[in-house]
Amino acid sequence: MKDEVTREERIDNLKGMGCSRKRVEDARFTQGKGNYVDDIKLDGMLFGDFVRSPYAHARIKSIDTAAALKVPGVLAVLTAADLEPLGLHWMPTLAGDKQMVLADGKVLFQGQEVAYVVAEDRYAAADGIEAVEVDYEELTVLVNPFESLQSDIILREDLVAEDGSIPAGAHGPRKHHNHIFTWDAGDKLPTEEVIANAEVVAEESMYYHRTHPCPLETCGCVASMDKVNGKLTLWGTFQAPHAIRTVVSLISGIEEHNIRVVSPDIGGGFGNKVGAYPGYVCSVVASIVTGKPVKWIEDRMDNLMTTAFARDYHMTGKISATKDGKITGLKCHVTADHGGFDACADPTKFPAGFMNICTGSYDIPTAYLEVDGVYTNKAPGGVSYRCSFRVTEAVYFIERMIEVLAIELNMDSAELRRINFIKKEQFPYTAALGWEYDSGDYHTAWDKALKTVDYDGLRAEQTKRVEDFKAGKTRTLMGIGLSFFTEIVGAGPVKNCDILGLGMFDSCEIRIHPTGSAIARLGTISQGQGHATTFAQILASEIGLPADSITVEEGDTDTAPYGLGTYGSRSTPVAGAATAMAGRKIRAKAQMIAAYLLEVHDNDVEFDVDRFIVKGAPEKFKTMKEIAFAAYNQAIPGIEPGLEAVSYYDPPNMTYPFGAYVCVMDIDVDTGVTEIRRFYALDDCGTRINPMIIEGQVHGGLTEALAVALGQEIAYDDMGNCKTGTLMDFFLPTAWEVPNYETDFTVTPSPHHPIGAKGVGESPHVGGVPCFSNAVQDAFRPFGNRHTNMPHDHWRIWKMANELGLHD
Amino acid sequence: MSNKMHIKLNVNGKDEEFLAEPRELLIYTLRERLNITGPHIGCETSHCGACTVTIDGKSVKSCTMFAAQASGKSVTTVEGIGGPDALHPLQEAFKEHHGLQCGYCTPGMIIRAQKLLEEIPNPSEEEIRFGMSGNICRCTGYQNIVKSIQAAAAEMNAAKEAAE
Amino acid sequence: MIPAAFEYYRPQDMAGVFAILQEHGDDARVMAGGHSLIPMMKLRMADVPHLIDLQDVGGMSDVTIVSHEVRIGAMVTQADIIDNTELTAVVPILREAALQIADPQVRYMGTVGGNIANGDPGNDMPGLMQCMDATFTLVGPNGERGVQARDFYEAAYITAREDDEILTAVTIPLHSGGYAYEKQKRKIGDYATAAAAVQITKDNGSCASAAIAMTNLSDTPVYSEAAGVALVGGTLDDTSLKASVAAMLNDIDPTEDNRGPIAFKKHVAGVILRRAIERAWSRT
Repeated sequence: MKDEVTREERIDNLKGMGCSRKRVEDARFTQGKGNYVDDIKLDGMLFGDFVRSPYAHARIKSIDTAAALKVPGVLAVLTAADLEPLGLHWMPTLAGDKQMVLADGKVLFQGQEVAYVVAEDRYAAADGIEAVEVDYEELTVLVNPFESLQSDIILREDLVAEDGSIPAGAHGPRKHHNHIFTWDAGDKLPTEEVIANAEVVAEESMYYHRTHPCPLETCGCVASMDKVNGKLTLWGTFQAPHAIRTVVSLISGIEEHNIRVVSPDIGGGFGNKVGAYPGYVCSVVASIVTGKPVKWIEDRMDNLMTTAFARDYHMTGKISATKDGKITGLKCHVTADHGGFDACADPTKFPAGFMNICTGSYDIPTAYLEVDGVYTNKAPGGVSYRCSFRVTEAVYFIERMIEVLAIELNMDSAELRRINFIKKEQFPYTAALGWEYDSGDYHTAWDKALKTVDYDGLRAEQTKRVEDFKAGKTRTLMGIGLSFFTEIVGAGPVKNCDILGLGMFDSCEIRIHPTGSAIARLGTISQGQGHATTFAQILASEIGLPADSITVEEGDTDTAPYGLGTYGSRSTPVAGAATAMAGRKIRAKAQMIAAYLLEVHDNDVEFDVDRFIVKGAPEKFKTMKEIAFAAYNQAIPGIEPGLEAVSYYDPPNMTYPFGAYVCVMDIDVDTGVTEIRRFYALDDCGTRINPMIIEGQVHGGLTEALAVALGQEIAYDDMGNCKTGTLMDFFLPTAWEVPNYETDFTVTPSPHHPIGAKGVGESPHVGGVPCFSNAVQDAFRPFGNRHTNMPHDHWRIWKMANELGLHD
Repeated sequence: MSNKMHIKLNVNGKDEEFLAEPRELLIYTLRERLNITGPHIGCETSHCGACTVTIDGKSVKSCTMFAAQASGKSVTTVEGIGGPDALHPLQEAFKEHHGLQCGYCTPGMIIRAQKLLEEIPNPSEEEIRFGMSGNICRCTGYQNIVKSIQAAAAEMNAAKEAAE
Repeated sequence: MIPAAFEYYRPQDMAGVFAILQEHGDDARVMAGGHSLIPMMKLRMADVPHLIDLQDVGGMSDVTIVSHEVRIGAMVTQADIIDNTELTAVVPILREAALQIADPQVRYMGTVGGNIANGDPGNDMPGLMQCMDATFTLVGPNGERGVQARDFYEAAYITAREDDEILTAVTIPLHSGGYAYEKQKRKIGDYATAAAAVQITKDNGSCASAAIAMTNLSDTPVYSEAAGVALVGGTLDDTSLKASVAAMLNDIDPTEDNRGPIAFKKHVAGVILRRAIERAWSRT
C-alpha cells in the first residue's frame, strides 16, 4: 500500500525540533486562566506577612507583640524566640552560609524580616504589622565593601570565635571579620610575570552595580500542613522545587516523602526565585502551628529590597598584549559585595560562580582571577539575573577590557577581537582559567554581524558625526557598541557542580500511552520559557509521536523526577538532554517491538520520522502509534509490557553558546538622553529547537540588558536605606523605551549534547549589557572616555560628557 | 476595622453584590472575592499595569482603585472578552505571534490592547507602543506584543469590513 | 500593600462634602481619581480616616470655552483633555502636557483638579497653569473664591487651599502666539527630571510677551517672571535665550534625588527651557 502522506508531511505533522511550533501554554494565559501561587485559595487559608526593619544595621532591644495580638483577626506573631526551640530561627543559604529567618538579636539590612504576623486575611495581617512594637538600637552602617573590610565593626558576631579569632568559612580561610571568602583560579605568578614584561598593558577598574531580577510576579508561597496524614504541601514560586523539598526536609526534620513541593505557573524568575527565603520557612512553621494553610506573598517593595539581588561586583583588571594586539595575559580581581548574609546561588565549589569564564571568547594564554566576598549592610542574594552564575559580570569585564585595550593600542576594537578570537579549529579549547569550551566558530559569526550592519559604514558615519560635533553642527554623538560573548551554561557535570551537595544533573521521565500519546515529566520548571512546547518538540523528533500528543509536566515533586530546576540556562542543556536520552530509550524498546511485529531481526529495522521501517523496504513499517499499542496489548516474548523510560542526565561538560551583537546609539550630550537606533543580535545556541521561542528569548533578554545598562539599579544611601524600592525608581522599560531588535544566527552544535543544543535564554542578557554599555562609551571615546561605570542613565551620561568638557 | 459597605458591580456581564470594607482594593475584590484571577498584582503603585481592567470604558489599574469607588460600574477583565468557545482576536494574535512568555502581564496587556484598538482601530507601531506604555512586560521585550496587536487590528478590521 | 482602615463617603453634592469635612476636619480628605492618594495610603504614608470620593458631586466635569477663556472642571481627566478637540484647538499646550503625564491608564483616572490641588512638586499641571496664568476656583463652606495659580503653591503639598475648601475648577485665559511643554523624564510613568511650560507672543518679529514656568525643580512649581521678561523685546537670539535661562536658574532650587544631582538638574532645566522657548517661538 502506498503511503498517503509524504515523508515531508510526516515530519511536519510531528512539529518536532526546528519548527516554530506555537506555544501550548498560551491558551490558558491569554484567557486569564494561568495558575500562579497567589491564585491558590484553600479553605481556611491564613495570611502571613513580615514586620521588617527600617534600619540597615541595628540591635533589637525588644519586640512587643501584645498590641498586635489584640488586632482583630491576628492569630499569632512569630519572632526568632519562637523559632529558636525548633532550630529554625536561622536557615542555611545556598552558599554554605546561614541566614536569620527572623531577626535574632540584630538586623543586618533594611527590610530584614523581624517578626511574622499570621492573620485571617491580608487586612488583619497588615494591621497587625503596624501594631508590633520593636525597639531598635541603631548601629554604624557599612554599605561600602572596601570600608567594611577595614572596619572594626563586626557585622556577623556569629562568625567570630569567642577569643576573637576568625574561623574559616564555607569556602576557606577568612581574612577579616567582615570577609567571607577568597577564591581564585588560574596561575598567579606566571600571569603577573607576563603582564610585567608585556609590550602593552591596559588597566581598568569597573563597578558592575547592584541590580535585581524583578520578575513581574513577586515571590510567595502557600504552606499547608495536613496534620492527619503528616504531609506538608508547599506551593511556591520556586525555580528549583526539588531542591526546596530537600532543604525543607533537612531543616524541618520532616521526611522528604512527606513533603510535596509544587511550583505552579511562575510569573518570571530570572534568578530571583532560586533561593530559599524566610517567608517560606515562616509560612511552613505557621501552618504547622495553626494547622491551617498559610499564604505569604511579597509586595513589590519587599521583593526589591529583600529578596535576591544580582551583581554588585567591583572589578579591577589588567590585560596585556603585544604591540600589534595579540593578547598575552589577563588578571582580574573582584571585591564582591554579598550583603548581610552570603546567599549567593552558585554551585558549591564556585563561590564566585563561573566568573572564571572572564577570558571570554579570546585565546588568552595565561590568566588569573581572584575574588573576595565581603559582608555589608545590604540585602543578601547575589543570584544570576538572567545569566549563568556570574557570567554577566565576567563577560562585561572582558568586553570592557577589550575596549580599554583597543584604546591603549589605538586600534579598532572589532579588529582587536577578531585577531584574538579562539579559532574554530582550536575547539574543544581549554581556557587559561580551566574551562573546556565545547565548540565555536567565532570568526564566521563576527564577520556576518559586521557585514550585516555595514560596520565600516557606521564607523565612517561616526567619524563625520564627531567632526560635525566639533564644528558645533550637532549636539548628538553616535556610539557603536560591540560585544562578542561566550556563555557557559548547563550546570552541570556532577563531578564539579552541586548545590549544597545536590548534584546538578537533571531528569526526564516518559510514559507512552497505548494509543500513541505521551506524558513527559521533568525536573525543571518553566517560568515563561515554554518548556511544555519545546520539550515536546525534542521528544516528537526523538520518538516519532506528534508534539501535540505529548503533555509536558513539571514542578510537582510528587510526580516529577528529581532535578535541580531552571536557572543558568540549564534546562535545554541538561533536562533537554535527559529528554532526548529518555526518548532514545523509548525508541530502543520500540525498535525491538517493531522488529517482532515485522518479523525481522532487531538490526533489520530502522527509525524513520514516525515509524520503524524494514531496511531497504520502507513500505514495510510499523508506526510509533502502532508500536505503542502493541507494547501494552500484545504479548511479545522476552519484552515486558509497557513503554516508559527515565533518564537522569549528568552532562559531560557545560555548553558554550556565543553571539555577536552590535548596537547603534545616538546620545544627546546635553541631557544624557539615549536613543537606540539599531540593535543587531546574532546568537549561536547550537541546534535550534524552536526559532520563534529563541527569538522571543532574545528580545526579552536584550530588553533586560537595556534596563541594566541604562538605568536599572538597587541603590543605597550612606545609612543603608534602599533608594529604589518601587517601580518609580527601579527602571523597568516600557514598550515606549524599547527598540525593535534584529535577530540572526549561526548554528554550531554542541558536540557532547545529544541533540547539539546549547541554551539561549540568558545569552542576550549576557551579551546585551556590554553591548549597550559599549555603545555609550564608544560615543565618548573620541573625546577621551576610557571607562565609565553603568548604569548609563541620563545624569551619569551627562556627568561623563561634563567631565570630558563637552558642555560650555 | 471600619464599617462594611454595600457594593454593587457588574463584572463581565454579571451583577455582583457584596459587603466589603472600604479599603478593599478592586483587584482583591476581583481575585479573591469573585475568583477572577486573570488580573494580577505586579507593582502595587500603578506602574506595571498587570491589574488592568476596563471600567465603564476606561482602562484602569485595579490595584489603585477601591471597590467602593467602582460601585455601580461595569468591570471587564480578560475573562470577559473571550473564552474557549470564541477567543477574542487579540487572544488569538498573542498566541499566534508569541506575544507572551510567563503570561503574568498578559491579561492586563490584552484588556488594555482591546481598549486601545477601540480608540484607534488601525494604530501605527508608535501609537501601539505609546498606548501600551502603562503595561510592563519583563519577558518579551514588547516586539512580539506590538506584532500581536498589529495582527489583531488587521484581523478585526478585516472582519468589520466583511460585515459591512 | 494594604491601607489602614477608613470610612468612605460618596456625597452627591457639595453640601454633603462640606458636612463631612466640617465633622471630621483634618481627618477627612477629598479624592478625585485617587491615583496620587491611593498609592500613598497603600504605603501607609498618608493616613486618611475619612475619605470623600468626589465622583458623584456634579458640575465639575465640564469644559466651557468662551471667547477669552476656558473653564475646566476639577474632575476633568487627563484623558478627557487629550480627547477634547475643541479644547485643543484653543489651548493646545494642555494636550501636549497631558500626553506627557504618567501612562494611559493613569490618565483615564487622573484629574486636572487632583493634579493641581495635591501640591506635589512633581505634578505637571501646576507649572502649566502658572505659565498660562490660570485662576483656581476654591469653594468652601462660606462661598467661593479665586486664587491665581501663581499665588497658590507655598511648599511641597502646602497650598493656599484651606482644609475645608475644594478646588472645583480652573479658568485659563486664552493665549495667542506659540506654546510648548517640554519634559525630560527617565521613562514613561516618571515625574520630570525637568519640565518647562512656555507661552510666547510675537509682534513685528520680536517677542511681545513670554510666560515661563518650570516643574519639579523646586518644592513648588516655579513661575519665572524674570525668565519671560528676558525674552521680551528681543528676537530670541542666543543672548536673550541665555539671559532667560540664567534668570530661570536663579528662580529654581532643585534637590538631588535618583534623577540626578543638582548641577545636572540645573543644566537640564536650562536645556529644556531653551528647547521649549525655541519650539514655542517656532509656533508663533
